[in-house]
Parts: sequence; structure tokens; C-alpha cells
Amino acid sequence: MKFLDQPPRFLFFTGKGGVGKTSIACATAIQLAEAGKQVLLVSTDPASNVGQVFGISIGNHITTIPAVPRLSALEIDPQAAAQAYRDRIVGPVRGLLPDAVVKGIEEQLSGACTTEIAAFDEFTALLTDSDLTKAYDHIVFDTAPTGHTIRMLQLPGAWSDFLEEGKGDASCLGPLAGLEKQREQYKAAVDTLTDASKTRLILVARAQQATLREVARTREELAAIGLTRQYLVINGILPSTETTNDPLAVAVYEREQTALHAIPEALRTLPRDLVTLKPFNMVGLDALRHLLADTPVGGKAVVDVPIELGEPGLSELVDVIAADGHGLVMLMGKGGVGKTTLAAAIAVELAQRGLPVHLTTSDPAAHLTETLEGALDNLTVSRIDPHTETERYRQHVLETKGANLDAQGRALLEEDLRSPCTEEIAVFQGFSRVIREAGKKFVVMDTAPTGHTLLLIDATGAYHREVARQISSTSNLHYTTPMMQLQDSKQTKVLIVTLAETTPVLEAANLQADLRRAGIEPWAWIINNSVAATPVLSPLLRSRAANEIREIANVAEQHAQRYAVVPMLKEEPIGVQRLQALAGG
Amino acid sequence: MKIIQVYDPALCCSTGVCGVDVDQQLVNFSADLEWAKQNGAQIVRFNLAQQPLEFANNLLVRGFLERSGQEALPLILVDGEFALAGRYPNRAELARWAGIAEAAAETKPASACGSASKCC
Repeated sequence: MKFLDQPPRFLFFTGKGGVGKTSIACATAIQLAEAGKQVLLVSTDPASNVGQVFGISIGNHITTIPAVPRLSALEIDPQAAAQAYRDRIVGPVRGLLPDAVVKGIEEQLSGACTTEIAAFDEFTALLTDSDLTKAYDHIVFDTAPTGHTIRMLQLPGAWSDFLEEGKGDASCLGPLAGLEKQREQYKAAVDTLTDASKTRLILVARAQQATLREVARTREELAAIGLTRQYLVINGILPSTETTNDPLAVAVYEREQTALHAIPEALRTLPRDLVTLKPFNMVGLDALRHLLADTPVGGKAVVDVPIELGEPGLSELVDVIAADGHGLVMLMGKGGVGKTTLAAAIAVELAQRGLPVHLTTSDPAAHLTETLEGALDNLTVSRIDPHTETERYRQHVLETKGANLDAQGRALLEEDLRSPCTEEIAVFQGFSRVIREAGKKFVVMDTAPTGHTLLLIDATGAYHREVARQISSTSNLHYTTPMMQLQDSKQTKVLIVTLAETTPVLEAANLQADLRRAGIEPWAWIINNSVAATPVLSPLLRSRAANEIREIANVAEQHAQRYAVVPMLKEEPIGVQRLQALAGG
Repeated sequence: MKIIQVYDPALCCSTGVCGVDVDQQLVNFSADLEWAKQNGAQIVRFNLAQQPLEFANNLLVRGFLERSGQEALPLILVDGEFALAGRYPNRAELARWAGIAEAAAETKPASACGSASKCC
């Protein structure tokens, strides 16, 4: 593996949830330890199965791994870190200030950005030389800070001396308020991170076009900050040996190979490693030792997977949705799970039943929606380009709020506007004028802000004012605030989309908890791209199907009030007919 | 020199979240604040979301919050005493507290009496 060739002291793996960062990080740590190095493995995996992998309990303190000499591990729970962080700020005033005030402050500090900063806070001690870490030749991290987080910390304007001088727009620091260590320590940590002789960044992805495009963006973002020597690992590739007699396997193989050949420019020059899909689960030393080995493992799936899954399909959900005759249907979920496609499928299915539908989509590639425009009489399609919307939004805020700031304040504002929340809001505002149509027809939205963002928008009342201004005085809508409309399940049905894999289900569960905090109860979950819902013969895919069944049961029993499973398709569902097949079940 | 303390509500720090509209009051106040400081005023600002302890440790502010809630912010104290609440001070008020001779009629309407006298 190229990424293991002469590694520097710190190794960071980055990539979205579920690509395999933790498994690869564990395999890496084992390999380095068995090559004679002292290694510390740091995991912030929310699924936190590192302990499970090694068969011992780890937790938030450095633990030696008996089975692997020279290897120790540390688990950082990002949610716990964020809570500790919040408590540092809020704790002293709990009981002193009114509850509503305390809750408001807590909400401000409950977003992803704060969790990121809290996690970075924990990393800092590990990155800067200290008695804690001098014993280790290598420290391997299974996640990495985002470009946004690093840039925030690099801004001179982000620090407390800036705050004390009262510069900037009412000293808006947000997540940074709870950092306690000396500023020099954070600077040293960021410097270490951006020093290629000390840190190697490894991008982990799957062989899918959308994922690779996303990773290419990450690569450029991080290169711009100074993390220039990056490596790419593409994980979970289906080998051609699996394609005999299985048309779905053939389709998956071809899609993956096409994605690999069409790899974005930004990634082409990176040293690249390919890791094939393994039939066994990544538990136990033996499995991990084989993960990075190129030897094809003769995996025979010993699990008997029923050909017919028998789980509810999408059309059953649509039946219930259709019964109301109108309403807002919002699809939520992490990037890449298939919200755009499913929104289109639901819209088409409703329209086919003769119901009036307005589909609003942020489909960046546009090819999905191009085929729908004009396809059905009672289906209207509005498309916004998220990048254009976000850029327009940013410019407007910079021109208005940024006009009175000094250079440092402006730099801070600009970076703040590069937070992922900004795109959420810009897109939502792009959609918001359509929301009022939900009183008379179906409005299907393929994305929405998180519960946290919705709470912040609502708290300031700004969104309320914005939408109220757009509603004509003769409107017959009865809701008081947009938030109340979202909270009323008779008017709004929130569908959470996920994949039948451990980390994606966990991330969806967090999304759900976030929404519940905003008083919004998700109506249903949709498990997309399921191999288990499709008859497959390939042993690897059947093995994957077996794992999916466990996750589907998890969703059905613990998370969702109602759900549907959508099968993985051989072809991309473009066009009315194929979309209908998706919903038709 | 009197000390002016401004207790701000939890202004949305993720600035995008507040929406595209700028609260013009805030913009004006920032400018007035800058002007006052340049003329020697001693002004400190505290944000509820950033420095909640400052609010909790000041009995006046704490009591005010309990009585009237965070919706009643901003609250302005001059030398530790109540000066203003519910809106931001204008330049004239800042000037008065800080003892700054008001600059030529920027915030007052043009007056035949002349800017410094109170005859109108």
C-alpha cells in the first residue's frame, strides 16, 4: 500500500461516514506495530467499535492492546466531547440564569461545528509534543478535522484577544468560546497538521462518482490550507470474480470501474491504493491483517440470505402520504444516500395518482430532473443549484453585514459563511417560497437543514419574518410560524433516508435526535440502495446483504415508526418509468 | 470617564443563520460604538451566548433577565447603573454618557439654535 510507504509520525484518515476509515486505520495501526513501531490509535468513530474489533474495552483513556504488542488505543466520543465543551460554558450559569436563556445558549453550541471544535480540542494535546505522546513513533487518527475547522482556528480574528478588544460584529465566536488551552497550543497543533513532514492525510472513498467528486473537493480545500501531500485509498471495490451469473454484481462492477476511470482531475495525481471488498466483517485481528492485503480471499458466504426480503416498499409509504391530498414532504439525510432520486420517485408516484405535485430539487447534476420537466401534467419541477444559491447568499451577507467590519472581522465572517450550515440555509431559503404551496398541493423537497439549524433560524425569528413577508395577506394558510408547520405531522412529513450500514444508520439516528430537539418527529425512514432487497447470487453481495438485514432490523426496531426498503438498481433510475419502478416496489 | 457596559442578546454567531437581512440597528450601533471609542469612550460589550458568566455574575443584569427575559435585551449600564434597555443607544446618548462633545449635528435634526445649545 502506497499510503504506508515511509509514513510520518501522524496519520489522519478522512472521508464521509461508512467508507471504512476506522477499519483501515486499525489495519494500519496493526501493520505499523507489527513492523516494530510504538503506535497509538485514536478513534472518534461514533460507532466506536474499535474496542469490539480488538476484543477489549477502551474508552477515553489510552489503553494498551494485549493482543498486539506496541499498540495502544484511545477512543474519543465526539458527542461526549461536545457535551463536556458545552458544560464548560453553560455549567457555571445553570441555575443562575433563566432556563430559557440557558437552553438558548446550549442550542447555539449544539451544531456540527461545535462538535468539530470540541473534537479538535481533544486532538490538540495529541498533536503537540507532550509527555503524553512522546513514547509513540506513530499516532493514527481515524477521522480528521474539516478544512472549515482548520481555517477557523487559523484566523487571527477568531481568538479571545480579538474578542476582548471588542472588534468584529459583536464578537461572534460561536463554537470557539469554550476553548481553554493557550492559543499557542492550538497554533502548534494546526501547524503540525499542516506540516507534510509530520502529518500524512489519507482520503478514503468508495468507487462512486458522487463520492469521488466530494473527495476531490475535500482534497482541494485541504491542499489550499497547506496539507499538500495527500494519499487516496478507494475502499470496498467489487472484484470482477464476483460478477459471474449475477446481473446486479455486473452492474455494480461496471459502475465502479467507470467511476474509477472517470476519477476527478484533482485526485488523479494522488498516490492511489485500491482495497477490494472483503467477504468477512472487519472484526478481529485476522480480518484486519487481511484488509490491506491484496490476496483475493476466497470468501464463501456462509449465510443463507432469503431471496425475497419481505420488507415494506416505498409505494406503501406513498399510499399513506397520498391520502392527505396535499402537504409538505421533506427528505433528509447525509449527502450521497439518494435523497434527490427518492424525492423524484415519490413526486412521480404521487403525480401518477392524479395528485398535484411540486418537486423542488437541489440536484447538482440536473440530469435527473431534466427528464421530468414536462413529463407529467400535474408535476412541476423547480431546480436550484446549491452552489449558485450559496454563493449568492454569501455575497449578499458579506455586502450587508460585512460592510462595516474591519479586515479581521470580515475574514471571520467570510469563513463563517463557509460553514456547511450556510449551504443548508441558502438552499432552504431558495425552497422556502414554495413551501406555502403545501396547503393546496404536494411539495416534495429533496433536502432540508438540520434540526439544529432550524432551531437557530426559528429562534432569531428571521426566517419567520422572511417567509411571512412572502405570504400574501390573502393567504388562507393557518399556521402561525413556519416552524409550527414543520412540527405538525399532518402538514409535513419528514422522511429520513439512510443506507443499511452501521455508520450511516448511526448518523441518521443522530439526525433524528436533532430533529426531535426541534420538535419535529420524523414520519418514516427509507433505507436506500439495499442489496438485501434484490436477489443476488454473488457471494460477496450476499454477505453484504446479510449485514444489511441486521441494520434493517435495527432501524425497524429502534429508530423508525415506519420505514421502507428500496432495492439497489442495476441502472440509474432516470426518467419517469424507472423512477416509478423504484417506488412501485 | 464613565464605563459603559453593553449586554447584548445571544446574537446569532453563525451569521448566515440570521438570514440575509441585516438588523440596521446593529449596524448603526457598531458604527456609533466605533465613533465613541475613537473619542475616548470606555465601552465593553458582552454577548449572552459567548460570556454568559458576565450576565450571571452581575446582580442587576441577572435580575433583569429573570424579570423580563432575554427578549428585553440589550441592556446598557453606565458605571454599573441602569441606563437603557430594549434598544441600542444612539450616538447622542453614548456621547452624553461618555462626556463627549457632540460632533456637528449628525444625529440631531438641523437646528437653528446651533448644535451645542439646548434652546430648541
